[in-house]
Amino acid sequence: MRYLPKSPADRKAMLAAIGARSVDELFAPIPAEYRLDRDLKIPRQMSESEIVDWFKQRSRENGDGYASFLGAGVYLHYRPVIIDSLISRGEFLTAYTPYQAEISQGTLQSIFEFQTMICELTGMEVANASMYDGSTGSAEAVMMAARLTGRHGVVIARSVHPEYREVLGTYATHQGLPIAEVSYGADGRVDLKELQRAVTDQTACVLIQSPNFFGTIEDVAAIAEIAHRSGAMLVVSIAEAASLGIVEPPREGDIVAMEAQSFGVPLTFGGPHCGVIATREKYVRQMPGRLVGQTVDKKGKRGFVLTLATREQHIRREKATSNICTNQALVALMVNIFMTVYGKLGLRELAKQNLAKTDYAASRLGTHGSILFNTSPRFNEFVLQTSEDPYSINSRLLGHKIVGGLPLKKFYPELGNAALWCCTEMTSRTAMDTAACVIAEGQNPQLSESEPVEEVAR
Amino acid sequence: MAYPTDRKYTKEHEWVQVNGTIASIGITNYAQESLGDIVFVEVPKVGAELAAGKTFGTVESVKAVSDLYSPVSGTVTETNADLATSPEKVNKDPHGSWMVRVTVKNSGELDNLLSAADYEKFVSEEGGH
Amino acid sequence: MKHMTRKATRHVNQNEGLIFEKSSPGKAAWKLPPLDVPEVDTAKLLGSAERKDLGNLPEVSEIEIIRHFTRLSTWNYAIDLGMYPLGSCTMKYNPRVNEFVSRLEGIANAHPYQPEKISQGALRIMKTISEQLIEITGMDAITLQPAAGAHGEMTGLLMVRAYHQSKGNARKKILIPDSAHGTNPATAAMVGYAVENLKSDSRGMVDIASLESQMNEDVAALMLTNPNTLGVFEQQIHKIADLMHAKGGLLYMDGANMNALVGKVRPGDFGVDVMHLNLHKTFSTPHGGGGPGSGPVAIKKILEPFVPKPVLINKPDGTLGLDYNRPHSVGRVRAFYGNFGMFVRALAYIQANGPDGLRQTTEDAVLNANYIRKGLEGAYDLPYATPSMHEVVFSDRVQSTKGVKTMDIAKRLIDYGFHPYTTAFPLIVPGALMIEPTESEPKEELDLFIEAMKSIAQEVEEDPQTVLDAPHSTRVSRLDETAAARKPVLRWTPASK
Repeated sequence: MRYLPKSPADRKAMLAAIGARSVDELFAPIPAEYRLDRDLKIPRQMSESEIVDWFKQRSRENGDGYASFLGAGVYLHYRPVIIDSLISRGEFLTAYTPYQAEISQGTLQSIFEFQTMICELTGMEVANASMYDGSTGSAEAVMMAARLTGRHGVVIARSVHPEYREVLGTYATHQGLPIAEVSYGADGRVDLKELQRAVTDQTACVLIQSPNFFGTIEDVAAIAEIAHRSGAMLVVSIAEAASLGIVEPPREGDIVAMEAQSFGVPLTFGGPHCGVIATREKYVRQMPGRLVGQTVDKKGKRGFVLTLATREQHIRREKATSNICTNQALVALMVNIFMTVYGKLGLRELAKQNLAKTDYAASRLGTHGSILFNTSPRFNEFVLQTSEDPYSINSRLLGHKIVGGLPLKKFYPELGNAALWCCTEMTSRTAMDTAACVIAEGQNPQLSESEPVEEVAR
Repeated sequence: MAYPTDRKYTKEHEWVQVNGTIASIGITNYAQESLGDIVFVEVPKVGAELAAGKTFGTVESVKAVSDLYSPVSGTVTETNADLATSPEKVNKDPHGSWMVRVTVKNSGELDNLLSAADYEKFVSEEGGH
Repeated sequence: MKHMTRKATRHVNQNEGLIFEKSSPGKAAWKLPPLDVPEVDTAKLLGSAERKDLGNLPEVSEIEIIRHFTRLSTWNYAIDLGMYPLGSCTMKYNPRVNEFVSRLEGIANAHPYQPEKISQGALRIMKTISEQLIEITGMDAITLQPAAGAHGEMTGLLMVRAYHQSKGNARKKILIPDSAHGTNPATAAMVGYAVENLKSDSRGMVDIASLESQMNEDVAALMLTNPNTLGVFEQQIHKIADLMHAKGGLLYMDGANMNALVGKVRPGDFGVDVMHLNLHKTFSTPHGGGGPGSGPVAIKKILEPFVPKPVLINKPDGTLGLDYNRPHSVGRVRAFYGNFGMFVRALAYIQANGPDGLRQTTEDAVLNANYIRKGLEGAYDLPYATPSMHEVVFSDRVQSTKGVKTMDIAKRLIDYGFHPYTTAFPLIVPGALMIEPTESEPKEELDLFIEAMKSIAQEVEEDPQTVLDAPHSTRVSRLDETAAARKPVLRWTPASK
């Protein structure tokens, strides 16, 4: 087998050195009744070209080359090619967790840069080296707030990603954290009056998302005020990291739980992505996940180490801030490189383009339906309500190799025939125009627009 | 080493020194040696109730966390502000670095604790581990 | 010439600073295409929500970025360079075809919410790896959702709790051996269970008598790693499973050490009810400096109702789909379906091996560990005489009489061109040296490792200071972790150097 670097002669020599007659002797500790005397029932060994062919076939079966209007927590942005050039270097790809600092300075220094940039973007003072993703990061942030305040109640906005809320529910059940949901108003934002009623002196934190699941930017300052007045913390989840290029970060928040997938991490059917938690310095000891700190070596040279490890499972065990062991190091490095490539000015331009594309799409599609929550500022997503069922619209769009907006019925039945549409800098005008035409067809088949309907590629 | 005789000790390596109605609590030299460089000490707020034999805080080194067990029951009246800024003082002068001060509820509890001589003996037996 | 140039002296990589220190207004590494839609007035659209300033983010050119990260990378040790003898980490070769196939466009750009009709490729990948992992573990069903091992442990225990709750009593405790990895008790606490410690016997295995006395109707499960963290197979696993089941408890297996079992024995066959796998250990997905991982959880039928949703199903029309109608499910443990990119890699690994390759892999892993054990037996103290599987644990008992501890030996090993083994774990062995070579090591590398370790043992006898001051050959040495913890500096700020 080509991954195994031993010849039969090697094995023979090693067995002789050990004093065993065969390798089976080494498996003697396994009780005979359990030892497998047959092959595993899996397909035979495949050559590399066969493996590639198998996956190429799967790739083709997977809607390769479609234009997509999907967002909802996972965003298609352009990935600069140097990201893969750099992270594919064996020294990054195949390196271990940087517990041995002297031979992990590459990983440690890049995480330190990552932490720094996340702070700058989110307006917070410290950031960790990443969590699994935005959904678990939000759940962990809530638990962190519970530890810090010593309270148990959690108030969560219904405009937070439905799957994030589900995950929080799973985590919270066994931590004794009762969850109260607060609805959104006609403006698509958290209903402040309802929030006021829900927040009590038993509330550990309020969890919102901004831009929220509908793409609408929340009134973070007002929400923070309500939370803080009762001594609760404000946790802000950010699913579309690209928004931070043009939207003010939630500076009034106490903890930010971000999903950084937009920054150079491939969609890959939902994972691996890149969560991260950022907060104020005074809360750092209750923050879960790895942290890299700057220090000096015995000669006074600057270096970096994992620090405040006593928060973590390998030391604290059952009293740890979390059970988390791995972080998302390699994807965090992708994020790091992305943020470095775009930098101070590029991230702003990128966000502006997202705004422009979305604004155009909303204006075109809006003529064939109604855009909900139109009075509030939004980033790169909007909700379009149509007379026709969005599933039926999407079915027609698929014929044009377009994936339409996410139908919201299953998450928000009260919104009826609504769908969540996302545009990024990658979405072409042609795709938007075609989508508009296809939607129009459903309105009144005779009165569809005069422009020819094209099949579009991404 | 010779442990100061002006106080009592626990098997979890805390010391308690009583002055009138107030007891000062800290950790012993053996404890700080075992822990290594101390980076953080967590103690309860003023007003908290401590129970003899129960944990009341933690002391952290780079690679380990240890629970602090209270030698006596009482209410916290003061915590040492130095702990937050200079935890290394606990390493340098463990017997001079008190962590919390509590009102003594039941002075009889002190009788259950070890004298300096008994503690020295205990530590020398446990030593080498 | 007295004055030193500011450029690096010995090696171009020596003096690389932080990227922020290279930043300067006007430099750029990006360029966006022109808009094909009208420009917008951001102030008008966003109002007070508009961000005016991105603060101290860098402005650098592309070549500076390439050089920066290339130089940083050369400061890392990696599997591509040499062996990591880290116990229970299974640092094996990360095959490159895995990376290639994960980047195929239809896979890399697949959105988790795209219609099932155009997701058949992704769903087929999930189905295939599910079936193969079920066969490998000997279990009945599997969830791919957990993002990593610890996450898998949490998911497994959530299902254990749901199971017991369905029987009317959630129970209160989880038994965990004192040799367990820290994630085990941390996870149990997160799921609301109290942790009760289970002693190991003199052979380093679960003390059956203790288990018998501690197992009762308050105990929900035993979390077992098998082989355990000493690399020892629990020979009484049958008795252990029976004891748990007799009182209605479940046996959870931490699958971190599956590299000793794949193709030779199946946990489902020896009584395990629920277990997690670490795709980033046994199944070759790359560690990438600390993650991402993936921690699928395989289960017996009795736990199937509780599996996280959605669940992969065969639809009546023959296509694959996702079923959300799972009333007894513990819910979701994360958004979407799991670390799909890691399923692709792990599946490619299994495909490249086939049944014979997997078996040979396991045999080589165990052979390698035993070869090292034999080679170092005289030089280091072996606390347990019990046979080792894929990893071996020594202690620093002999060396500590000279004041040298396991961490010092580990640091000295760096000077010999190796990454250290796992130090100070498992906790039941004071001064532990935990070594797992994996099957990816050629005999030559193992011989070099044995030689290096023997040489260090000799140095401890003749010149301990060399070991105590190690490493001598690295760019930085013995970083001050105390200062880093006392006064944490967790980000660069413009005023700092």
